[in-house]
Amino acid sequence: MKLHPMIAALRRHKAGVVLIALQIALTLAIVCNAVFIIGQRVQRVNRPTGLDEQNLYLVTQQWVGAPTGDDADSIQKMDAMQREDLAALRAMPDVASVTPTNSLPLLNQSSNGAMSLAADAKLLDGNARTTYYFGDENFVRTLGLHLVAGRDFNAGDVTNKGFRNTSEPAVVIVTKALADKLFPKGDAVGKIVYLDGSGTPTTIIGVVERLQVPSTGSWAGTFAWNATIEPVRLNGNFSSYAVRAKPGRLLAAMKTTTPLLYKVNPLRVLDDDSVKSFADIRSDAYRADVGMAALMGVICLILLGVTAAGIVGLTSFWVGQRHRQIGVRRALGARKVDILHYFQMENLLIAGIGAVVGVALAIGLNLLLMQHYEMDRMPVLYVLAGVVVVLLLGQGAVFSPARRASNVPPVVATRAA
Amino acid sequence: MFGYYFDLALRSLKRNKALTALMVLAIALGIGASMTTLTVLHVLSGDPLPGRSGSLYYPQIDPRESQGYLPGKTDPMDQMTWIDGMNLLQAKRADQQALMTGGSVAVQPDNSTLDPFYQTARYTTSGFFPMFGVPFEYGHGWGDAEDDAHARVAVISSQFNDKVFGGGDSTGKTLRLDGEAFRVVGVIGDWNPNPHFYDLNRKSYNENEGVFVPLSTSQDLGMIHDGSVNCWGNGGGGNTPDHNSPCVWLQFWVQLDSPSKAAAYKEFLVNYSAQQKALGRFGRPPNVQLRNVMQWLDYNMVVPDDVRLQTGLAFGFLLVCLVNTVGLMLAKFLRRAGELGVRRALGASRSALFAQLLVESGVVGLVGGMGGLLLALIGLWLVRRQPAEYAPLAHLDPVMLLITFLLALGASLLAGLLPAWRACQVTPALQLKSN
Repeated sequence: MKLHPMIAALRRHKAGVVLIALQIALTLAIVCNAVFIIGQRVQRVNRPTGLDEQNLYLVTQQWVGAPTGDDADSIQKMDAMQREDLAALRAMPDVASVTPTNSLPLLNQSSNGAMSLAADAKLLDGNARTTYYFGDENFVRTLGLHLVAGRDFNAGDVTNKGFRNTSEPAVVIVTKALADKLFPKGDAVGKIVYLDGSGTPTTIIGVVERLQVPSTGSWAGTFAWNATIEPVRLNGNFSSYAVRAKPGRLLAAMKTTTPLLYKVNPLRVLDDDSVKSFADIRSDAYRADVGMAALMGVICLILLGVTAAGIVGLTSFWVGQRHRQIGVRRALGARKVDILHYFQMENLLIAGIGAVVGVALAIGLNLLLMQHYEMDRMPVLYVLAGVVVVLLLGQGAVFSPARRASNVPPVVATRAA
Repeated sequence: MFGYYFDLALRSLKRNKALTALMVLAIALGIGASMTTLTVLHVLSGDPLPGRSGSLYYPQIDPRESQGYLPGKTDPMDQMTWIDGMNLLQAKRADQQALMTGGSVAVQPDNSTLDPFYQTARYTTSGFFPMFGVPFEYGHGWGDAEDDAHARVAVISSQFNDKVFGGGDSTGKTLRLDGEAFRVVGVIGDWNPNPHFYDLNRKSYNENEGVFVPLSTSQDLGMIHDGSVNCWGNGGGGNTPDHNSPCVWLQFWVQLDSPSKAAAYKEFLVNYSAQQKALGRFGRPPNVQLRNVMQWLDYNMVVPDDVRLQTGLAFGFLLVCLVNTVGLMLAKFLRRAGELGVRRALGASRSALFAQLLVESGVVGLVGGMGGLLLALIGLWLVRRQPAEYAPLAHLDPVMLLITFLLALGASLLAGLLPAWRACQVTPALQLKSN
């Protein structure tokens, strides 16, 4: 089929051609970027925390009337209360293991600092940023972390201290990401490090494969996998415990937790959020991302629908306008399929022009978004996929009016207009 | 004339119902999406205390060590240390001032049908209530004397009053917080500033603090601090830092009634910083900022990026819908070239045709706009059902309602301009002949 007559014909419909091409270009630009954003959100939501998330839940509670001082006596009293809770939770029939903890990944409550290879460094001059988790010898097992080097904590490693006490532990376990950052040769186990600019040496005794920081905020993105576990029970007038229920017993264990803790010590407060499964923590943390992805998806679909409807409408108009010309072509020997192909080719041409402009707009929009928001460069694949989609959309939309055109009988040519 | 054009428009629109419906739907979807997101953006970037916010300032100083300081580039700290907060508070250089921080308290209601629960709380000095113009339903705030005496007094929100005391005048009643007895001195009326400008560390919107107690008392009782703690040097950690540790965790607000007072206060902050550096407490030359409420909100970028992104997306969507409508309208008008040719031949001027076609596109816009308004109401209802912290605030106000209509009408007239102009170019002779 020759393109020349087609282009000549399109010249007589400049406004319509420009409008369809523009609409396709804008749709392409918006849909590409929206799908890219959806992809990024989905990727973010699906990244593993490093925990075995099933059967895990968190208990957060506060004692009322507990000692508030920082003196050794108060600390030991609060520690005794915490150990009492731990023993009671461990004795539950549905529970596999329990650890005290200050936070969990995705919980967005974190204690952060820096680790250095030299003593007495300033905090911000440390060699690597890290978040701190505080737990006992059951921490690694309860969270379901994978120890890839060294050893786990034993009961002898575990100490306790008040919340405001800044002394550093003798031993820690770190994540592989943090270990590799500090010791690129992969020989972190047994090495000495200094936490938060302290002068006290701390030995790395083990490395776990992966453990995300509690914060999902972008400010923590630079050290999202740098975590340090200290074998320390933190003592304050509140505490939280990570509990692993026996397989399939999560709900049963969660249900009995609150009454049990009140039985151990009634002078405390637990509310509706105090016993929370990790699945809930995860869905809370990523709600906004999931919502944004869903919204983007809906808008993309409607946008494609509107564009398709626009193509159908304008092409239908052209078919009506060219009714007689089509009849003439048919009378001169053109087959039905020739007429069909004519409109399909015409649409491909317009959509092609729109797609070329759209690619430029899509990349431009991406650059603009990168300037104003935290956004990565969009891979070319998205743009190419977008081009294929809009071309297919055009072909799909044009099919029905084009078929109607091909059904125009040749006899139309003989009738007076 | 207008009535006649209106009648013509209705007839013409009725003739091709599918096309008309498509145009109306496209405009409605575009308007609905953009008004939903624009309303959310409007609500989120609003002034939390209209009329008052201009004279409320948030002093920032920089007590850190000299390391890492780039003159003119490093921002001062976002919060205050205990020592600086107390010094500035006691200096009383502003018209009003208050030092505060957020927390959470365990509430044990006397009412036995209610289980104990946590309540977000604010620990503040007495200046908070007069400075922010907090309205009281019953009673009043506390004064300096209660601050100094570390008194066990509390101000509660009306929501909290309803929950714990079943409403009514609860002043004088006893409230058990963290196991201690507090006397209720005031019940706040309808007051819930959004964004939660005075402390953006926990939630920026819809914080709903239920209990206010004196800062001094909260420290005596070791009430839990909730918010961000930022330490430097060899600072400690923990959620409630030691009062002498190099950590910032308090918010300090001042009221300065005139620009000259604000300038003088900034001067005072510079002098204070210089004096503290001389004393060896601060490691940096004076690095201060004094932002008013709106500047502070702007600096903190409280409006979530996602909301801005959604608004941009919605307007892109509206643009596509408009281009779509222009195309369809063009097709529709050009199809009626014959009819328009007859009108021209009978003496109608080009401008008369133009006006007639614009009326037609205006009708489409009006109907589309109403559809869009309906969709925006549904959209906002959906937003309110989202779990986002700002969700309950998403309501259409009269200003946005007006903007919706103007946007719809403007958009459809704009969409009608090009097609109407093109259609007016018909040559009557040609049209009459061919038909």
